[in-house]
Amino acid sequence: MSQAAVISHAAYAEHAEALGFWRKYVFSTDHKTIGKQYLGISLFMAIAGGFTAYAIRWQLAWPAAGIPGLGAITPHAYNSLVTMHGSIMVFWVAMPMLLGAFGNFCIPLMLGADDMAFPRLNMLSVWIFFTSALVLLASFVAPGGAAASGWTAYTPLSDTWTSAVWGQTMWLFAVALEFASFLIGGINFLTTAFTRRCAGMTLWRMPLLVWDEIAASVLFLLSVGPLVAGAVMLLMDRLLGTGFYDPSKGGDPLLWEHLFWFFGHPEVYVVALPGFGIMLEIMPVFARKPIFGYRTIIYSTIVAVGLSLIVWAHHMFVSGMDPRLATPFSVTTILISVPFAIIVFAMIATLWGGSLIFDTPMLFVIGGLASFIVGGVTGIFLGSAASDIYLHGTYFVVAHFHYTLFPVTFFGGYAGIYYWYPKMFGRMMDERLGKLHFWLTFVFFQATFIPLFLAGIGGTPRRVFMPSAYPSFASLQPLQVMATVATIGLIASQIPLVVNFFSSMFRGALAGRNPWRANTLEWTVDSPPPHGNFPDPPVARRWPYDYSVPGAASDWLPQVAETNPPAGIKVQRAS
Amino acid sequence: MLMSWLPQNVSTFGTDIDSTLRLIIFIVGPWFILAEGLILYFAIRYRKRPGKPAVHVRGETFRQAAWVLIPGVIVMLLDFSIDNASGRAWDEAKIESPAPALNVQVTAERFAWIFTYPGHTGAFDGKGTYWSMGKLYVPVNQVVRLNMRSMDVIHSFAVPNLRMRQDIVPGRTITAWFEATRPGNYGIQCTELCGFDHYKMQGTLVVLSADDFAKWRQKHWPSAPAIAINSDAEGANK
Amino acid sequence: MSDATMDRTFAEPAEADAFSGIPPGKLGMWWFLASEIMIFGGLIACFILFRAAHGGWRAESADVHWRIGAFNTLVLLTSSLTMVLAWEAVKTNRPERVGRFLGLTVVLGLTFLGVKGYEYSREFGAGFTPFSGLFWAFYFTMTGLHALHVFAGIVVNSILWTRAARGRLEGIQHRIEYAGLYWHFVDVVWIFLFPLIYLS
Ligand code: HEA
Ligand code: HEA
Ligand code: CUA
Ligand SMILES: [Cu+2]
Repeated sequence: MSQAAVISHAAYAEHAEALGFWRKYVFSTDHKTIGKQYLGISLFMAIAGGFTAYAIRWQLAWPAAGIPGLGAITPHAYNSLVTMHGSIMVFWVAMPMLLGAFGNFCIPLMLGADDMAFPRLNMLSVWIFFTSALVLLASFVAPGGAAASGWTAYTPLSDTWTSAVWGQTMWLFAVALEFASFLIGGINFLTTAFTRRCAGMTLWRMPLLVWDEIAASVLFLLSVGPLVAGAVMLLMDRLLGTGFYDPSKGGDPLLWEHLFWFFGHPEVYVVALPGFGIMLEIMPVFARKPIFGYRTIIYSTIVAVGLSLIVWAHHMFVSGMDPRLATPFSVTTILISVPFAIIVFAMIATLWGGSLIFDTPMLFVIGGLASFIVGGVTGIFLGSAASDIYLHGTYFVVAHFHYTLFPVTFFGGYAGIYYWYPKMFGRMMDERLGKLHFWLTFVFFQATFIPLFLAGIGGTPRRVFMPSAYPSFASLQPLQVMATVATIGLIASQIPLVVNFFSSMFRGALAGRNPWRANTLEWTVDSPPPHGNFPDPPVARRWPYDYSVPGAASDWLPQVAETNPPAGIKVQRAS
Repeated sequence: MLMSWLPQNVSTFGTDIDSTLRLIIFIVGPWFILAEGLILYFAIRYRKRPGKPAVHVRGETFRQAAWVLIPGVIVMLLDFSIDNASGRAWDEAKIESPAPALNVQVTAERFAWIFTYPGHTGAFDGKGTYWSMGKLYVPVNQVVRLNMRSMDVIHSFAVPNLRMRQDIVPGRTITAWFEATRPGNYGIQCTELCGFDHYKMQGTLVVLSADDFAKWRQKHWPSAPAIAINSDAEGANK
Repeated sequence: MSDATMDRTFAEPAEADAFSGIPPGKLGMWWFLASEIMIFGGLIACFILFRAAHGGWRAESADVHWRIGAFNTLVLLTSSLTMVLAWEAVKTNRPERVGRFLGLTVVLGLTFLGVKGYEYSREFGAGFTPFSGLFWAFYFTMTGLHALHVFAGIVVNSILWTRAARGRLEGIQHRIEYAGLYWHFVDVVWIFLFPLIYLS
């Protein structure tokens, strides 16, 4: 990806020149470049994730036909595809996009800092991440194929039983590297947010995206440790022949499930929170209205973070753990609907009385919110231990988590791309292509996963090579076909994005500093911002959501603006 | 409407699981429609129009925040009613295991189900045991207890029609029970990824009427000990 | 939280930030240690759970050499002391003292590893390896991971030592403090491991 074409600010170009190509674009310590590197890698991995999704879907719809572009596959290869699809999408697309790209790009800019607290560690983190992606991709061609035990890698299947001997070990190494990279990144985010804020940027003036990024980082830091320990034990089992997870040697397979989900559940919120942060950040700009209940949202987020550490066993209701544990975990799980309901309703209340501008970022925000609610409420069906007996391990679960992960990763991520692209590359993306991209993606996304809910209620098990091999589910096959047709549409719908993304770099209208008339600090500097971000350290004089303040000259007041609105504002009623 | 996609229920506790599902639909459904409806309505109602500036509402005062906090509290109360129904159905299916009329050992092995019927002593390994590959024969309206174990990796025993599912973990014996209410053949699947041929790990639950079960027993399992059909269990007297 | 929400968020003069008092390096180190605590905490929790399930592992744990373990505990505790003394000397700006105590810390760390190695070799000699059952698997994993941390600490301390020994403290004062935090953490982990493994 070339950002060279769009550097504009002459005064800083000199400084940038001095760094040379390698230091500037490859081994850069600049958080903006690092953010773009994460974005590039995640979009590249999205192609791999999308291709595996396509292969999975084709196989499920027309198991006898052979996959165009891949040929007929074995059941083992199918399991590899599913495992790699899930791992790639969660660890190598969602995390780098939502934390790596937008976290790195936005946090220092939004806080008025010149860079991250530890720029060199930041560079280290992106290179560790890059290495992890290479290890993972290399495992596709490992002898025995890529890992095939599911992204959850349940033992003892992932331990001594898998036939992907190399693939499984490489998967473990790749995941370990990925964790290391995001641990370093998380420490960097947190330290930056607590020490690098500009004058006047109190905690209660931080943009919600920053709040959500640091909430996600805390959650990641707290939850990943036990799984690191678990992964070390699994690695020892695989390489040295210890028996931590092997019952014949005194070990216990359920130990891995506990360690995995103690991390795995928080992990989905690690992804979800920054996705929400992006939506929360963009919504007020295009509603021309303050976010509704800024502090309420922050408190709810903190509650959600806390609760998410004590719900993990909802993935294990029927796992063979003590059944008396199910109901307590069921209660905590369903309780998480409360903070999420508050956040969702606060977003809806933000729309109320607004002056909504439906530019592409806003479309993705609203579409993402509307879709996420489907995923959220279906989580309640799974959170109830009793109904989960029936729904666990079916396509209902698959549909549930695509309806949560896709909205935060892609609707949220795309919203972020369309919104910050001008800041990243100095040029606007094309609106017409953007809107086309949104509507196609939105429609085909629903069409892909609604049939899968129905297949799940009908009982179709997930992770099967051939659902039509089950006499009882043969009648549900048309649903699989529908989902596949829609998937092909969904993937084709990304073409406008690819075209738009690359052509706008050269042909897009020049963005200027603040094309969206937004308040946060990143819009007070050039697009793209120079190395060091702020020629003079900024001073934050207000919170970031002063839109349509009565009596103000314009309908937005940047965080640096000094003018005070007249005292004694009354809340106006929307007519 | 969604419920009509469910396969027919043929177990006792299945009825309560289905009513939990229905309850959740009734509780979550209106909120879902409300949320989506408001998004759609606001999107149309408040789209940008000349001369109509947005209002400046921060939702920071308690009175404003109440618009989202009160729904939050209501959601919490509704959550507890879901917990309550769910907890009862769960206890019935997974905790209160009634005395069985028939004990069967389930052995899960990549990629097959083996059902062993007890021998003279009631044990699964002595004389007079009977085993069946992939087919589980049970009498209707009788409590059946499964003693499940795995020879290799984790499997999961699932019968959608019974609303029943239980993982089988190597290294332990896990018990489960069910009572089928309707004769017929029902699919059994393994629903935990257990390797390359996971999808082939299927079986059939054959629920027989009392007479048919007696006939089947005479023919295939003549040695069936008296204690295997547990006569003092309440289920046997129905 | 005050009820001055409205006022606080409106324009007001820039104020000093309550958190800026902590230097970034220190905060980063604390976050790092927090995640390390979760790693060792997870491992230790698994160990305790298994121990409870297996009736105490009395027989196996009888074969570890608690005297060697106790000696090593002493060594590590002393090294924490020398580390503190090094940091004290930084504060009073006496480079040669800093160098001396850092050197002592490194030597004590190496002693710890040497003793640990001797202990491992005796155990291997007696036929106890990571595959001799779950207790030994845990024993080698936990002490091995800990030894790796000790090793990393020795590397960092040695680098700082060579700098201090040249009589120059500029630029490394804070690194010595952070290295100290890390070193104490490694020590504390051992304080947990020792009774769990050797004394129970
Ligand atoms: C971004 C990712 C994400 C998010 C946000 C969620 C959110 C939730 N998830 Fe989900 N989940 C996954 C990703 C996610 N999940 C993944 C990846 C898996 C499967 C992993 C695997 O097995 O491979 C999974 C699996 C999963 C299971 C295990 C299923 C099984 O395997 O049997 C359960 C069970 O409790 C569950 C529950 C929930 C709940 C209760 C929420 C809640 O947080 C949702 C809260 C939100 C709302 C409720 C909507 C807003 C509220 C309202 C509109 C008000 C009205 C609501 C009520 C009246 C209740 N999820
Ligand atoms: C973020 C997470 C995420 C995302 C986005 C997706 C996206 C998709 N997923 Fe996936 N999925 C998972 C996470 C995700 N999935 C997980 C965790 C599992 C469980 C794995 C397991 O069981 O172990 C799973 C499993 C899973 C299954 C179940 C398989 C089985 O159980 O047998 C299926 C089946 O239909 C499926 C389908 C799809 C489809 C059709 C998409 C489509 O939405 C994909 C469409 C593709 C794109 C939208 C990408 C296109 C974008 C680009 C190409 C960008 C290019 C742009 C530039 C270069 C500028 N997924
Ligand atoms: Cu056995 Cu899947
Ligand atoms: Cu979860």
